[in-house]
Amino acid sequence: MGINKKSIFVFAEQVDNRITSVVFELLGKARELSEKLNAVVVAVLPGYQIAELPKDLYAYGAHKVLISDHQALREYRTEPYTQVIAEMIRQYEPQIVLFGATSIGRDLAPRVAARIHTGLTADCTGLRVEDERLRFLMTRPAFGGNLMATIVCPDHQPAMATVRPGVMVKRLPEPDAMGELIPFEIDLTENHLFTKILETVREEGSKKLDIQDADILVAGGRGMKSAKGFEILRDLADVLGGEVASSRAAVDAGWQEKAIQVGQTGKTVRPNLYIACGISGAIQHLAGMEESDFIVAINSDPTAPIFNVADVGIVGDVFKIVPKLTEAIRKERTN
Amino acid sequence: MNIIVCIKQVPDTKEVRIDPVKGTLIRQGVPSIMNPDDKAALEAALRIKDGMGAKVIALSMGPLQADAVLREAMAMGADEGILVSDPQFGGADTWATSATLAAAITKLEYDLVLAGRQAIDGDTAQVGPEIAEHLGIPHISYAKELRIEGDEVIVKRQFEDRYQLLSAKMPVLVTALSELNQPRYMTPRGIFEAYREKQVTHWQRNDIPVESENIGLKGSPTRVIETNPKVMKAPGTKIEEDVEKSVQYLIEKLKEKYIL
Amino acid sequence: MDMNFSKEHLMARQLFHDFAVNEVEPWAEQTDEGHRFPKEIVGKMQELGFMGVPFPKEIGGQGCDTLAYVLLVEELAKVCATTAVIVSAHTSLAADAIAQFGNETQKEQFLRPLAEGKKLGSFALTEAEAGTDASGLNTKAIRDGDSWVINGTKVFITNAGQADIYVIFAMTDKTAGTRGISAFIIEKGTPGFSFGLPEKKMGIRGSSTCELIFEDCRIPLENLLGREGKGFGIAMATLDGGRIGIAAQALGIAEGAFEKTITYVKERKQFKTPIAKFQNTQFVLAQMKTEIEAARFLVYDAALKKDSGKPYSVEAAMAKLKCSQVASDVTRECVQLHGGYGYIQAFQVERMMRDAKITEIYEGTSEVMKMVISGSLLR
Repeated sequence: MGINKKSIFVFAEQVDNRITSVVFELLGKARELSEKLNAVVVAVLPGYQIAELPKDLYAYGAHKVLISDHQALREYRTEPYTQVIAEMIRQYEPQIVLFGATSIGRDLAPRVAARIHTGLTADCTGLRVEDERLRFLMTRPAFGGNLMATIVCPDHQPAMATVRPGVMVKRLPEPDAMGELIPFEIDLTENHLFTKILETVREEGSKKLDIQDADILVAGGRGMKSAKGFEILRDLADVLGGEVASSRAAVDAGWQEKAIQVGQTGKTVRPNLYIACGISGAIQHLAGMEESDFIVAINSDPTAPIFNVADVGIVGDVFKIVPKLTEAIRKERTN
Repeated sequence: MNIIVCIKQVPDTKEVRIDPVKGTLIRQGVPSIMNPDDKAALEAALRIKDGMGAKVIALSMGPLQADAVLREAMAMGADEGILVSDPQFGGADTWATSATLAAAITKLEYDLVLAGRQAIDGDTAQVGPEIAEHLGIPHISYAKELRIEGDEVIVKRQFEDRYQLLSAKMPVLVTALSELNQPRYMTPRGIFEAYREKQVTHWQRNDIPVESENIGLKGSPTRVIETNPKVMKAPGTKIEEDVEKSVQYLIEKLKEKYIL
Repeated sequence: MDMNFSKEHLMARQLFHDFAVNEVEPWAEQTDEGHRFPKEIVGKMQELGFMGVPFPKEIGGQGCDTLAYVLLVEELAKVCATTAVIVSAHTSLAADAIAQFGNETQKEQFLRPLAEGKKLGSFALTEAEAGTDASGLNTKAIRDGDSWVINGTKVFITNAGQADIYVIFAMTDKTAGTRGISAFIIEKGTPGFSFGLPEKKMGIRGSSTCELIFEDCRIPLENLLGREGKGFGIAMATLDGGRIGIAAQALGIAEGAFEKTITYVKERKQFKTPIAKFQNTQFVLAQMKTEIEAARFLVYDAALKKDSGKPYSVEAAMAKLKCSQVASDVTRECVQLHGGYGYIQAFQVERMMRDAKITEIYEGTSEVMKMVISGSLLR
């Protein structure tokens, strides 16, 4: 019983007693790393009344679950969570500790790293173990995403990393997988480091984002034909968790507000994904969006200049393709 | 009430371009600016000063050129600027940086330490919480609202799908989101006074009560072993197929890009 | 080229640049199209001290200098010439006239609120019959007991109607020609002082330009600025400084159009090639840049001379002559490089071309500048 070989810890973040989805991604990655390192994957799970949660952690790849069930851990607070994780690390000396780069993970991980005096690499998009020297390599974007840096933590243990959600790949769940549950007892007495939670307010149906802050934009132009034509773009944006943007032509036509206009006289945007629908790609439009990470263009005119900046260009009728695409994505998302 | 605001001078990453031939980062001509989240932290401090009176000290660690962001802070209304600068502090990762800054802060009297959530050149969001740990004070990160009530700080702390209203007894460290406020502009008068009538205090290695094994590259647990420019965009592909095939192709591409 | 600017000047320039881009540029198109005075922007500039840059702190100013003021007008004009001229007319004409020629009481009463940004200033010399030739002024001021009584009409007055404090020029002795001109300070709201309808202009359309109408307008004797009969000298000396402001405005217009054009020619493709690759484009750009830099030297030189207490009348005239020519030439070339896109509003150079023209006309036409310059050569 217990952990008597090398281990990789994955912080099993839960909110309202639901495991955050990045945790399953981390477990998938940790399993892959563990094979090379000959280590066990341990999900560390602080919370309150969380007995139901470990089975999912096993299903997605945890060999063991280190559980700390305590009233003080019911809602996330920095200090009690730091105490638990730091104490677990001291006791079990894992080689690697992974956190999701969520607003909890990015708060907790640095506090833990400072407490146990080790290195922490933030927002990793790549994690691997070298073939021969078996160094643990953490890759992350730096300099506003213009550079990729590879980082090691040579003389301190564990190496800690927060990992960007949506990057690592989950394993196919094995619903019957079993693992070992290790209870972890800790005395959590309030001290001056504890903050008080006065109120927690859930924000349902998050407010409309500024298009400059959106990670995903679905933009429409003259080819959408009317204000009503934009409705299919709204559906696509919703299923992708993005926002709708517009070319100048559609704003001038009165179909959309100026606030969502992209281009020379509108806003400059740099989302991760920009889907240009029925936009020809006049120079004033391109000036506002060509820095986007990934550009998809859908247009019936194969000579439209938008295809020159698109990573993927689809020649076809937006009114046929977009609804089908929305449907297909919805299907993917529910799987 | 004394407020220390931690400020970093950063390259304006919006202005960074990749050399299209060599694929390297063009750093030349990239302006240095005050990190935006830090500016929000400074604004929060100045609003407390405007409202109830406070002394606001801007603190930065960096090369000597970082003097400029401290002058900027003073031109916005900070009372003092302190620059922690020494070649021995160079190459520090977040752990060593926070250890150094925390040691500098111990030389000052403070009720509140404010910092930006993260810097745009590193995006780590680690230095604030790590400073608090080194100082042995609580921290609250991701602040989108902040106020003082008696000896407590009340903070609206943002999460993905919710916020918490948290309180902590001072001294406490809070890291600010840009959404916390709209920072004020400097004034021309403030700028001229910052350069012609005020001084930036310069602290070197020996002014900071921190152990040598905890500073600079030597005191940094992490090491950057390699940097590569982000892979350049390949020329796009254009397909002319029927609707089904087009959609399928798109789905695959979105999966490749981890968007799905 | 930064003329070895001090760090405070560089930082001030950055501030002005950020303000212009964030607060002014988004409204420039509407300001122009709607012929709309940008009240909100002026309000923000007043709060930030932008309306008192060169004046001493003791009188409510920012304690900076003419060079910093030039950088302000230049940065504003890069994005909106209207906003730039509002600042220029307020600062280097109205307020500076009082700063140079006002007595302590007048400075306290009128310059302080102007420098602090609590009030807006305007300067009124031109009349229907008196443009370049100031001896043709018909507005009269007659001493009557404890007042001056003013009658007459001023035309083409910048900030008219929007400003609170006006420095105006009137004949106290019509027989004496320019030696019969005196300067006065008049506040908006004074009985007998009203405004004509706004002029519809080719450019700087958001700036308020209209007539000042005086009908038996009584002002206290203390509102005489400087000595009686010395108004012409006051006007000329003030305009010397004003020309630095207009030169800076013209320089900014040229730079603004040039920057937009650099961006455009790199993006615009014809014959499958960015037009920046064509030699015609390159040569035109090279010539424009050279002209802009030459103009810049002249305006900064005039500002530095004013700041160091040296004579700057000729330098200011040369700066305005050159900068305004460059503004007109550069904006015209920029429209040409934009082709059809330059002729429509979206790319802004169309507006800048219209805005540029006025810099060759107001605060002394280019011909007057040549008279000032040649006058100093042939003394």
